Amino acid sequence: MPVRGHGRFGAAWWEALGRVGLTETRWDGWPVTVRRAVIAAAVGLLLLVVLAPLFGFDASAFIAYAVFFALYVPSWERWLGKPGQWVIPLAFLGLTITYPYYGSKLFTIPILGAFPDVHTAVVMLIFVMMAVGLNVVVGYAGLLDLGYVAFYAIGAYSCAALASQQFAGQNANGSPKRTIDFGAIGVDKSLGGIHISVWLLLVLAGVLTSLIGMLIGLPTLRLRGDYLAIVTLGFGEILPQIARNGDNLFNSGFNLTNGPQGITPVDSIGFGSWIHRNVGLPDNYLIASNGDRLFFWTAIVLVLFTIFCSLRLRDSRLGRAWIAIREDETAAAAMGIPLMRTKTLAYAIGAFFGGVAGAYFAEFTTSANPDSFSFNFSVFVLVMVILGGIGNVWGVLFGAAFLAYLDQAGLADTGAWINLHLHVKIDVPKYEFGIYGLILLVVMLFRPHGLIPEARRKLEFEQGVADEPLYDITSA
Amino acid sequence: MINEAPTGTVVALRQRRPPVNVLTLIGIALVGLLIVWLAINLEKTPYQFFSAFLIGITNGSVYGLVALGYTLVYGILELINFAHGDVFMLGGMIAITVVTSVFSLNGGDPAYVVWPALVATLVISMVGCGLINATVERIAYRPLRGAPRLVPLITAIASSFILQNVALAWKGPNFVTLNSGTSGGADFLPQSNVFSVGGIRYTWPSLIVLLITAPVLFALLWLVQRTRQGKAMRATAQDREAAAMMGIDVDRTISFTFLLAGGLAGAAGLIYAVYFTSVRFDQGFQLGLIAFTAAVLGGIGNLPGAVVGALLIGMIQSFNNTLTWHAPGSDWTQSIVFAILILILVFRPEGLLGERTPEGG
Repeated sequence: MPVRGHGRFGAAWWEALGRVGLTETRWDGWPVTVRRAVIAAAVGLLLLVVLAPLFGFDASAFIAYAVFFALYVPSWERWLGKPGQWVIPLAFLGLTITYPYYGSKLFTIPILGAFPDVHTAVVMLIFVMMAVGLNVVVGYAGLLDLGYVAFYAIGAYSCAALASQQFAGQNANGSPKRTIDFGAIGVDKSLGGIHISVWLLLVLAGVLTSLIGMLIGLPTLRLRGDYLAIVTLGFGEILPQIARNGDNLFNSGFNLTNGPQGITPVDSIGFGSWIHRNVGLPDNYLIASNGDRLFFWTAIVLVLFTIFCSLRLRDSRLGRAWIAIREDETAAAAMGIPLMRTKTLAYAIGAFFGGVAGAYFAEFTTSANPDSFSFNFSVFVLVMVILGGIGNVWGVLFGAAFLAYLDQAGLADTGAWINLHLHVKIDVPKYEFGIYGLILLVVMLFRPHGLIPEARRKLEFEQGVADEPLYDITSA
Repeated sequence: MINEAPTGTVVALRQRRPPVNVLTLIGIALVGLLIVWLAINLEKTPYQFFSAFLIGITNGSVYGLVALGYTLVYGILELINFAHGDVFMLGGMIAITVVTSVFSLNGGDPAYVVWPALVATLVISMVGCGLINATVERIAYRPLRGAPRLVPLITAIASSFILQNVALAWKGPNFVTLNSGTSGGADFLPQSNVFSVGGIRYTWPSLIVLLITAPVLFALLWLVQRTRQGKAMRATAQDREAAAMMGIDVDRTISFTFLLAGGLAGAAGLIYAVYFTSVRFDQGFQLGLIAFTAAVLGGIGNLPGAVVGALLIGMIQSFNNTLTWHAPGSDWTQSIVFAILILILVFRPEGLLGERTPEGG
């Protein structure tokens, strides 16, 4: 019988169960399907007994529970063989894609309030993309990046500047000086400016961001751990200031970022009328009546791409090198892993996804604004990675979706609920970052590997890693 | 470690001068440019130059007290205590609260009321901040002693956010203010000039900043270098395990270090409050980053280095804000400070006065 390690709570839990005749040995003897069914039934019973009388019954809640039961209980891999491991992710993907059709009909979550609307869901997906990108840097390679917002800002601004009237300039008679048009949708040609196809810009913004990430990384990545963290923090503070003051760079009158107002409006995203007529894809997202849904589905494609890259990278030679560096830099170097190149690549790839997410966000809000790029933002994305489980893509996905939901709607609803039922007047969203601070602290103290930990990462936390400095001053 | 006594060749090899590389040259060129820029400004507008110099010293001594806290903690735990700036901010709030609601000082109070009240406030805010900082250590850092190095760094950021929100809940999102006098500083401080030459004025509030900072600094140096507790701190900083084997209570020493660092932040909070007369809940973090930059500039873990670095940063900042010839101006202050931080970490990670650290390679 495998001996499982228990925390303090685990041991007490098993002792209590042992009193009613369910010892750990007997539990381990049951087939996995039965065990899961028992767990799921217990959870269902708990929800039914505790929550339903408090918050009322709702048919959609029962359907949701049935779907969860049907997916969780059967042991798909044993029944279907190798393809079985894809059943749950595919079902989850299907549920996500069809979300706009049933989301508004779902039950109200206790305390948190209603399920997010499609607009909120798009923001959640963008955050998921950023968190999965940051996970490459923080989770895989173990480099703490406190300035991720810099990449996001570069992505947003490079997209906004190249798909708006930002560089139109003005002739003496008031007409625009330059007009560069390259496949943009729904642009009024007479206004001038650079208008490059937004699809191209998503890629371009990512590439540009990862190049800048490499530029930042090259001189700084030879620093270790906390010094690197503080340098990234520095860049995260400098870039927004450039964005804010960039309407008159070096007093030359050159307007790069349009200063505190930011760049708005940004060109619409879409496929254009020819494809619309011949293939049926949407012409212009901003004009379309179901615009939010189109943004939502496009975001799903981007997130899928991010997750795919992230998983493939993790299992690649490069990904194993990252993990080796994370666990023991000295040993990794001794095994012939080029430290600088490997770290720089982690940084560049993390930056790429941050850039694409930033560009897409600029598209979605049709603006790039310097006020949204603060240190708090970097920490927000970091909390997503840490809460979900550093290194585990699925954990990060849920952490990011949940926290973005809290940020967009959940926290305000929770605050309203608390004030209504406890008869107090607390402005809960005001303390948003204090709450994130508490989450960070509690997770780090009691569950440092996150809610859904990666097995390997969990071992590292339990058994320790050799993150002693590579260079030892005492022997130099 | 090799146990044999080093032979002559090994010693010679170790003492060989490092080759001059491109990075060093670029670094020297940058410092040279800075000096040329300062010299031209001095020649063009001497009065502004010296005013900026005096402002820089005043600001720098506030940064210095905060930077010492960073350097003390980094020296002993190798941890960047992100919460330190927020402890400083809470110190400012404590000071303002005590000054206004306990002593209710105002412009009409005579000196024999103001000075004892200020000293009492200094003690209260130092003790208060010391306790806050030691509590942060006890809750957020001590349980994580064995964890990977990035974990306490993350809880440090968490503590910083929590302290900010404590201040937000206590004082709300607006500035907490004292009435300010005509020549800067709170109105109960003497407002006359210490001296006034040409266009340069040096006011009493600025001098008072120095008058509070200097004794605190010397007390700290004495404590770290001359007392038994200071010896325990230095031993713990060098090698925690060996110090424990020598009978030093490491946990207590670390707690004491945080208490001390918090006390310095409290003193800085008081000075900031009476000199700049307003504090807001989110100011601590930004100022803390500047002070951290100062500590890195001077050589982190090095006490005199932190003060030198802080004075330099204070001056660079005020030169940038006041000088006219090709100065980027106050819009860019933050960027310049962080650019300095990055440049130091790239070119000279051990800082101006520090020794070579592992991070520097």
